[in-house]
Amino acid sequence: MSLLIYLIVVPLAAAFLTALLGRRFRNCGETLGVLAAGASLILSSILIKSSFLHKIMVYKIGGWLPPTGICLVADGLAVFMLFTVNLIVFFALLYALDYMKIYTGTWKFYSLFMLMSAGMNGVILSGDIFNLYVFLELASLCAYALVAFGTAPEDLEASFKYAMMGVLASLLILLGIALLYSFTSTLNMADMSLVLSARPLGAPVVFVSVLFLAGFGLKAAIVPFHAWLPDAHSSAPTPVSAGLSGVFIKTLGIYALSRIFFNVLGVSTKLLFILMFLGALSMIVGALLAIIQNDIKRMLAYSSISQVGYILLALGIGTPLALLGGLFHLFNHAVFKSLLFLNAGAIEYSTGERNLNKLGGLNSKIPVSGSTSLIASMSISGVPPFAGFWSKLIIIIACIQARYFSFAIIAGVVSIVTLAYYVKFQTFAFFGKSHEGLSRIREISPAMKLSLIILALICTAAGLMLIPALRHPLDAAVSVLSSGWGYQAAVFSAVQ
Amino acid sequence: MTLYFLCLILFCVGLFAVLRKRNIIKIIIGVAIMEYALSLFFVLIGYRAEGRAPILARDQVVLNMVDPLPQAMVLTTIVIGLAVIMILVSLAIRIYEKYGTFDITKIRRLKG
Repeated sequence: MSLLIYLIVVPLAAAFLTALLGRRFRNCGETLGVLAAGASLILSSILIKSSFLHKIMVYKIGGWLPPTGICLVADGLAVFMLFTVNLIVFFALLYALDYMKIYTGTWKFYSLFMLMSAGMNGVILSGDIFNLYVFLELASLCAYALVAFGTAPEDLEASFKYAMMGVLASLLILLGIALLYSFTSTLNMADMSLVLSARPLGAPVVFVSVLFLAGFGLKAAIVPFHAWLPDAHSSAPTPVSAGLSGVFIKTLGIYALSRIFFNVLGVSTKLLFILMFLGALSMIVGALLAIIQNDIKRMLAYSSISQVGYILLALGIGTPLALLGGLFHLFNHAVFKSLLFLNAGAIEYSTGERNLNKLGGLNSKIPVSGSTSLIASMSISGVPPFAGFWSKLIIIIACIQARYFSFAIIAGVVSIVTLAYYVKFQTFAFFGKSHEGLSRIREISPAMKLSLIILALICTAAGLMLIPALRHPLDAAVSVLSSGWGYQAAVFSAVQ
Repeated sequence: MTLYFLCLILFCVGLFAVLRKRNIIKIIIGVAIMEYALSLFFVLIGYRAEGRAPILARDQVVLNMVDPLPQAMVLTTIVIGLAVIMILVSLAIRIYEKYGTFDITKIRRLKG
C-alpha cells in the first residue's frame, strides 16, 4: 500500500514549500495548507474504504522487509485515528483562513501546522518505535512553537511551561525506548512484541511501562501530569487550540499509550487498574477545576482533561464494549471539543473578550456560533440524541458489566458536573442580556461559519456510527486493541 | 557497570538543574545535560568490550563488533535535541524581552 506514505509526505511537502515560498508569495501558505489538509482527509477516507477489504496495510519504506526495515502500519485503529486527525486538522485549517488574519506572518503558522499534522500522521502510522519517537518529537516541537505564536507574554510563558514538560516527557519516552531496545534488540514494534511475548516479563518491562506511562501521560495531560495543558491550550491561537485539544493529546498521548501497552508490551490487570484509576482521577479533577473557570478557553481546556479521563477509564476497563465506548468517545471528543474551541475563538474574534462575566446575549449577534456551540455543549455533556450521550452511555454500561460500580457512579456524576459547566458557558455567553462593555461586535466570516456548521453536523450525526452498517471502522479499531499481541501476527502476515 | 552508573548521575544532575534552578537559562542547560546523558546511554547500549566498528570488507571477518544501530539513533537524538534547545532558547529570549527577567518565580501571569 503506497498510499500510506503520502499521508506523511503530502503535509510535510506542504510545510516545506510554505517555508520556502511563504515570504515571497501571498496566500501561498493558505492555499498549500488547505490543499494538503484536504488531500490528507481524502486519503484517510480512502484508507477507511480499503480497510473493509484489507484488515491491515503495511508499507515497507525503501522496500526493506521488517524487522530490518522501517514499515508503516495501518490497521483498524490507525485508520480510525488517521481519519479523526485529518478531519479535525482540515476544519481547523479552514477556520484559520480568516481567523489568522489578525496575526502577522501567517505563512509560518501554516508551515508549522502542516508539519504538526505530518508528525501526528507519522505517530499513528509508524510501525517502528524509534520512528514513533521522532514523529512525536516533530509534532511536539511544532506545538511548542504554535502555542507561542501570538508572542504575548502569557503565550510565551505557557509555551515555555509546555515545552519543559514536553521535553521531560520525550526524554522519559526515549529512555524507555533505549531500555526496551537493549532488552529486545529490535525496534520494530511487531518484532518487539514477538520477542516480549516469548519471554517472561520481568522487572525491565515494568520499569519501561512506568517510564512510558509517565511520558505519554505527560503528553496526554492525565491528571498528575496535567498542569501545562490549561495554559498551553488557552494561550494558543484558536485553530491551534482546536487541533491540540481535539486530536494532538489523543494522538501523542492516548493512541501511543494504547498502541504500546496493548500491542507491544502487553497489558496486565495491574496496569489496567492504574489506567482506570488515573482516568477516574482526571475526570474528577478536570471537571471540578473546569467549573470554577471564567475564561472560556481555560474552561474548555480543563474539560479536555476531564473527557480524556473518560477515554482512559474505558481503556482501563479493557473489555471490547468499553474499548468501543472509549474509541467512540475519542472521536466524539475530537469533534465537539474542537468545535467548542473554534466557537470560543469566534467569540473572541467578534467581541475581543474571553471572560464569561463580561459576555452575554451573543445569541442574537452571532447566531451560527450560538447554535453550533449549543449542539457541541449538549453533545459533550451527554444530552440524549447527540453522539456524546451514546459514548458515555456505553462507557458506563461497560463499567457496570465489568462490575466496577464505583467507577460507573463517578462517570455518571462527572457527566452531570460537565452539564453544569456547559450550562454556565451557554447562559453566560449566549443567553441573557448583552453586557454593556460589548459595543463593537463583528460577524464571523463565511469560511469560519462553514467549518463550524459542518463540525456541528458531524457532531449531531456521529451517533449513527454505532448502527451495524456503519460500525466497521470502530469495530476494526476495537479488534486491534482487544487482540493484544495478535498485532505481531497481523503485521508479519501482511508483509509476506 | 560503573559507566552506566556515571551516566545515571549525569542524568540526575540535569534533572536537578531542571527541578531546582530558578534561572531559565540554567534550566535549559539542565535539559541539555539530560539529553547528553541519554545519548551516552544509547552509545553504552551498543558498546561491546573489545568491539570493532561493524564495517564489512572483503576477506575480513569481524567477530566482535559494536552494535551500530544505537549510534545511528544517537545522531537522530542529537539533531532532535538541537531543535529542542533552539526552541527553548528562542523562547527564553522572547520571555526576557517581555518580562525583563530570567527568574521563573517572577514569570507568573497565568493562574488557575
